[in-house]
Amino acid sequence: MELISRLAIPMTDESSAANEVIEGSSLWRDARRRLLRNKLAVFGMVAVMVIALASIVGPALLSKWTGSAYDSIPRDSSLTKAFAPFRGPAGQFSWAHPMGTDNAGRDILARVLSGGQISLMVALIATLVSLVIGVSYGAFAGYLGGRIDDLMMRIVDVLYSLPYVIIVIVLLALLPAKTPTGQLTQLFVALGAVSWLNMARIVRGQIISLKNQEFVLAARATGVSTPRIIFRHLVPNALGPVIVYTTLTIPTIMLSEAFLSFLGLGVRPPRVSWGSLAAEGAQNLAVYPWQLIFPGLTMALMLFSLNFLGDGLRDALDPQMRKD
Amino acid sequence: MLRFIIRRVVIIIPMLVIVISLTWVLVRLAPGNFYTGEKKLAAGIEANLREKYGLNKPWYVQYGKVLMNAARLDFGNSLKYEGQSVSQILWRGLPVSAAVGVSAYLIALIVGISTGALSALKQNSWIDYSSMTLAMLGISIPNFVLGPLLVLVFSLTLFWFPPALWDGFPSRSLVLPALTLSAIYISYIARLTRSGMLEIMRSDYIRTARAKGLSEGQVVMRHALRGSLLPVVSFSGPELAFLITGTVVVEKVFALPGLGNYFINACFNRDEPLIIGIVAFMSITVLAFNLLVDIAYGFIDPRIRYS
Repeated sequence: MELISRLAIPMTDESSAANEVIEGSSLWRDARRRLLRNKLAVFGMVAVMVIALASIVGPALLSKWTGSAYDSIPRDSSLTKAFAPFRGPAGQFSWAHPMGTDNAGRDILARVLSGGQISLMVALIATLVSLVIGVSYGAFAGYLGGRIDDLMMRIVDVLYSLPYVIIVIVLLALLPAKTPTGQLTQLFVALGAVSWLNMARIVRGQIISLKNQEFVLAARATGVSTPRIIFRHLVPNALGPVIVYTTLTIPTIMLSEAFLSFLGLGVRPPRVSWGSLAAEGAQNLAVYPWQLIFPGLTMALMLFSLNFLGDGLRDALDPQMRKD
Repeated sequence: MLRFIIRRVVIIIPMLVIVISLTWVLVRLAPGNFYTGEKKLAAGIEANLREKYGLNKPWYVQYGKVLMNAARLDFGNSLKYEGQSVSQILWRGLPVSAAVGVSAYLIALIVGISTGALSALKQNSWIDYSSMTLAMLGISIPNFVLGPLLVLVFSLTLFWFPPALWDGFPSRSLVLPALTLSAIYISYIARLTRSGMLEIMRSDYIRTARAKGLSEGQVVMRHALRGSLLPVVSFSGPELAFLITGTVVVEKVFALPGLGNYFINACFNRDEPLIIGIVAFMSITVLAFNLLVDIAYGFIDPRIRYS
């Protein structure tokens, strides 16, 4: 919701100048009302916020309260074994590790929260990369039209049918970055660069349907430059589908990151992400099932909520696109 | 139509060249090679091996050989699995991957289409809500979490199916991998069928079909279902890439000797001929499937014309 109202500011600025007197019901206000009426979307929004907040501030708070960070292995070697959730060393009830510990004695809650930080960060930045590339590419192709548009979209068609995941796997397996930060950058770029194609198509379609309207003609008549027409006049009017598609891209990228980390190609130790935690958990499945269950379910809940939020936003922002 | 097909087949060739070249460049750009391992070979032995595999020739000769090999669909011998050709390994891995993939896809088609159609016909009922929530759950649980969870329940607790490894085609070992892989497709197909069906049920030709006195069953089976399968068909092409990545994960989770497992291992081993062979093979499959889907589109929807 915060996202919408922030993005809505330029819109309301322009429209309020036009009709000061009549306070009409704007697209964004209608959308907010429709979104808040959709229970599943509200649930999704709340859950996303809770998990995101817990991942951002959780690790710091947790290490202050219980002293367990995602990579802290207990010094006492008798504690370096896996405790079940809510169990202490002697099998008694204890609040110290609500999700238990892993096979090296590390607190799983702390690891899940730190993993969330990385997973969220990779997903957000990679989505931003795909957003920037996709929106500019699609907007230029749509606005310029003609042969340039044909060529640009043919390129998208060709790229679309390349088997990307295979190339990304080869890329990450063969060129492992030297530093952890380099590793993350590689992930953003790789994931962002392969997921802008749909965005470009969506934006192009929107721009084509908008570019022949009077306000564009007016802008052109007053001598506004092409990039300015595209980014100030056309793109803001195409924001609805862009926002919807962005919300649906985040879980897809999050899943890709987890998939790569699960294969040992994404985030590497000592850093953790939900995918690499699931991979560790899967290895110890028979003995310490909680090591898989908690990271796995946290991630599933996040993806579930993001998908519901995305669907809700779609229904709210574009009633025509409503799928029922 | 024929011209459309020819043009699409022809464009596959440059795309394959791009994919293969990109892979080859990546393999070569990567620091180190197959022979930089823990066990260092004696210099003379390594030189002999390089001679044998043609790794001592200038880069353009090697690159040309890679392309020539790909054109003949014979990718030479694996570096890691000595004495085995890449083709042998491909033919060994393919049946496993194909068995898992095809059964997963069939499960997904049957379950997905029937759930989706049922949800659409009983829109806003509890059937609709619960199956759509389940579908969303299926999309949201990553298959590498679902797989181990199924193992935990059905193998380690109930002892119904083996937790891993492969016993040949019709065997119990197929069940859990196929189910794991199918979950996400069931969900997607159910959602696509439902939305397609809801749109179609409101369209004019359904009203016509009803008006001319067809029974509701005939309207649904003969007209509505056919129209609402379009999105499902167009989904099948691009998402085949998904099926391939899915098999990579599922084969890893269940330790199946399929293409995906060989592919990941080849990448880690720097086994150049095997990497290029598998990449080329998977790319051909994806590109061919995209083409088939585009063609199938025209048969299902008579409104589509190829220009």
